[in-house]
Amino acid sequence: MPMNENNERDPQAGGNFADKVKTGSDACIDIKKLNLYYSKDIHALRDISLSIPRNKVTAFIGPSGCGKSSLLRCFNRMNDLIDDCHIKGKIRIDGDDIYDKRIDVADLRRRVGMVFQKPNPFPKSVYENVAYGLRIQGINSRRILDEVVEDALRAAALWDEVKDRLDDSALELSGGQQQRLVIARTIAVEPEVLLLDEPASSLDPISTLRIEELINELRASYSILIVTHNMQQAARVSDFAAFMDMGRLVEFDSTNTLFTNPSERQTEDYITGRYG
Amino acid sequence: MRQKLRKWSRAGTPWIWINAGAVAISIVMVLGLLGVLAVNGLRHFWPNEVSQGRYLAPGFKPTELIGELTRTEWVAAEVLIASGLRVDPAQERYRRDLWKLGNRDLNGIDFAWVLADFVEEVSAPESIAVFERKQGGVLYGAISSLELGEELDPADALTDDQFLWAQFQSRLEEVRELDKQIQSIQSEQLARANSDLERLRLRERAAMLEGELSPSLTQQFSAQRLEIQVELANLQHQLNQLYAQIERDSVLVRASNAGEVLIPLAEIVRAYQPNNLTLAGKLSVYSQRLWEFLTAEPRAGNTEGGVYPAIFGTVVMVLLMSLFVTPFGVIAAVYLREYAKQGMTTRIIRVAVNNLAGVPSVVYGVFGLGLFVYLIGGEIDQLFYAEALPAPTFGTPGLLWASLTLALLTVPVVIVATEEGLTRIPRSVREGSLALGATKFETIWRVILPMASPAMMTGLILAIARAAGEVAPLMLVGVVKLAPSLPVNGIYPYVHLDQQFMHLGFHIYDVGFQSSNVEAARPLVFATALLLVSVIAILNLTAAVLRNRLRENSRSL
Repeated sequence: MPMNENNERDPQAGGNFADKVKTGSDACIDIKKLNLYYSKDIHALRDISLSIPRNKVTAFIGPSGCGKSSLLRCFNRMNDLIDDCHIKGKIRIDGDDIYDKRIDVADLRRRVGMVFQKPNPFPKSVYENVAYGLRIQGINSRRILDEVVEDALRAAALWDEVKDRLDDSALELSGGQQQRLVIARTIAVEPEVLLLDEPASSLDPISTLRIEELINELRASYSILIVTHNMQQAARVSDFAAFMDMGRLVEFDSTNTLFTNPSERQTEDYITGRYG
Repeated sequence: MRQKLRKWSRAGTPWIWINAGAVAISIVMVLGLLGVLAVNGLRHFWPNEVSQGRYLAPGFKPTELIGELTRTEWVAAEVLIASGLRVDPAQERYRRDLWKLGNRDLNGIDFAWVLADFVEEVSAPESIAVFERKQGGVLYGAISSLELGEELDPADALTDDQFLWAQFQSRLEEVRELDKQIQSIQSEQLARANSDLERLRLRERAAMLEGELSPSLTQQFSAQRLEIQVELANLQHQLNQLYAQIERDSVLVRASNAGEVLIPLAEIVRAYQPNNLTLAGKLSVYSQRLWEFLTAEPRAGNTEGGVYPAIFGTVVMVLLMSLFVTPFGVIAAVYLREYAKQGMTTRIIRVAVNNLAGVPSVVYGVFGLGLFVYLIGGEIDQLFYAEALPAPTFGTPGLLWASLTLALLTVPVVIVATEEGLTRIPRSVREGSLALGATKFETIWRVILPMASPAMMTGLILAIARAAGEVAPLMLVGVVKLAPSLPVNGIYPYVHLDQQFMHLGFHIYDVGFQSSNVEAARPLVFATALLLVSVIAILNLTAAVLRNRLRENSRSL
């Protein structure tokens, strides 16, 4: 695994990590001077610049309210749903400015899938949950749907558990299964980027473990961005990690470096539990 | 002691008792209402014993009474004296019975109050029969002879009462069968032919108004008319033959006070000897009469016969209203909740909608009459039914306008309930759908609406409950005392939205308070009220079952 070995960052540069960290692969998401305002007074993200590598797992950590979820929701323009919310700066995914007027938001959200903190399956059958994204795209052929549903459920390590109850309501699954179902639903539409917003925070330890294993399997095919409160989880699953505080990006580095040899005092305090 | 009382009240025990008491009172009231309706309504169909007696009221000629005892009450002697009866003032109270005497054509009255002390020789002769007639109400009396088209063997006919009754019954059955044929010809074939003729006339007139009436077209119309007229003549001929058969037989009945009445068998709906019936026989008569009430058309100024057209009208009207109100209310609620920018305007709209639910229903009736019937209906007539003018087609109260008026009346309920359902859907589900690349419309259509459908059904249930019991606005926009035909039948165009219809609620009002024969109508009012409550309950239960099924499919998260 190509890890970032050079640690020659200019401490003065603060906040701009766009080009400073050698990620060993090309950037999938490129963020320049991103500012997010929920209203005139609430400035949720401040001057964030960052390059997120392709087909790697990038973890966002930081205290509650630091803006990591807000940042994640910028990538699929989920913040558009909030009245008065607006951003400044640029986010490029594969070179496309996603806040450009010509961008089709629905298409963007298909390319950038998102899994939420609480499992949110639709009150439909397991099968229809996974097929939903495809039906939206007008794909109704039973043959194609069958195939995609099975592939997606296998990819989400859920197939063996639900293959006999595809027509049962998704709400009858356990919390962990529901979350994996949501992941299956998301990867069924073949996104390029997966945004995971604390995907395991409402699950028990065993389910959490399974989600983490799943992330490990998915990392080859997707660029995964994960927000988590759990330091160990971030250390276990991610290749790169970003530490945020008060709407600013404090440090971004390979996970290894960030956890063992952080360059910022603030990061070290947080990781070692002396924060606050 | 005081300590104990305080503890008792702090534990919330009084609160529980108050709650339970409130529930108990509600249940008692509902069950009591249903019980009163059921007992009074359902008792009416039971074949009561018919008594015979001599009434020797002081100062009056003795008369013979034949009839059913329906009610009893006690009156003070002074009251009776004040009303001119010479009774003994020493006796404080007198029992007064209400006899149903029937025989309206002989006595002029159906019911009479009789002082029980002056009735003598009360008996219940087995030979007395009840004849329910198409006209003139019930006749009580014994068969004295049969006048049949063909001769009976006189030796049998004059000797044996039982033989006479059996003979009469078998003839009556044949006659009823013939009557059914006549009814079906009249209400189906004849009505269809007449409606064809009327449509032909309208087409011809339309062509004339358009100036397209060429000689060849006139000829064509004449040919068609001739065809229908031939068919009509044929039907008339068939009918005449049937009439000849059905009118052949009559029965001579010896009624009270030695009056003799000759009744054509065709006039008799049902006849039975209540004093001669076994329990099974009584049950059979009971179920026949109940069945008639549910499935037959009303007779004798709505005081006899059935209420089928009213049941049918109520159900069709409510279904039609549901068809209008559900989509309209749901669409309005979706816009208000999902699309409109939440602010002052939407708040005002919401308050307005809530207040609409409180507007008295008769106001809606007036509004419906003005807007739907006169304005819209009048315009429709001008534009599409000009050939029928000046007779209005849609410019008159009718089923369509009644349903629309009630839809208007109930749309706030559906809007409020649907909005409530939409609000309860968690944001996470919406986001889940949007995050998969669905547009807002796709999210609403595929996820939100299915999840909100139980709430919509709740709205619909409330709407049905309100609409089915509503009478006041209907009187202005479409209900009638007696509709000539059902709003949905076998005659083109099958669903007659322009026709007036009967309604159970209005039927109660009409029978109970507009009828000249109050005593005869009273039990029917109870029975109809019970029926109305049952119809509403059935409609609601259907909707509730549907909702529960939906709910199982989409339990909220």
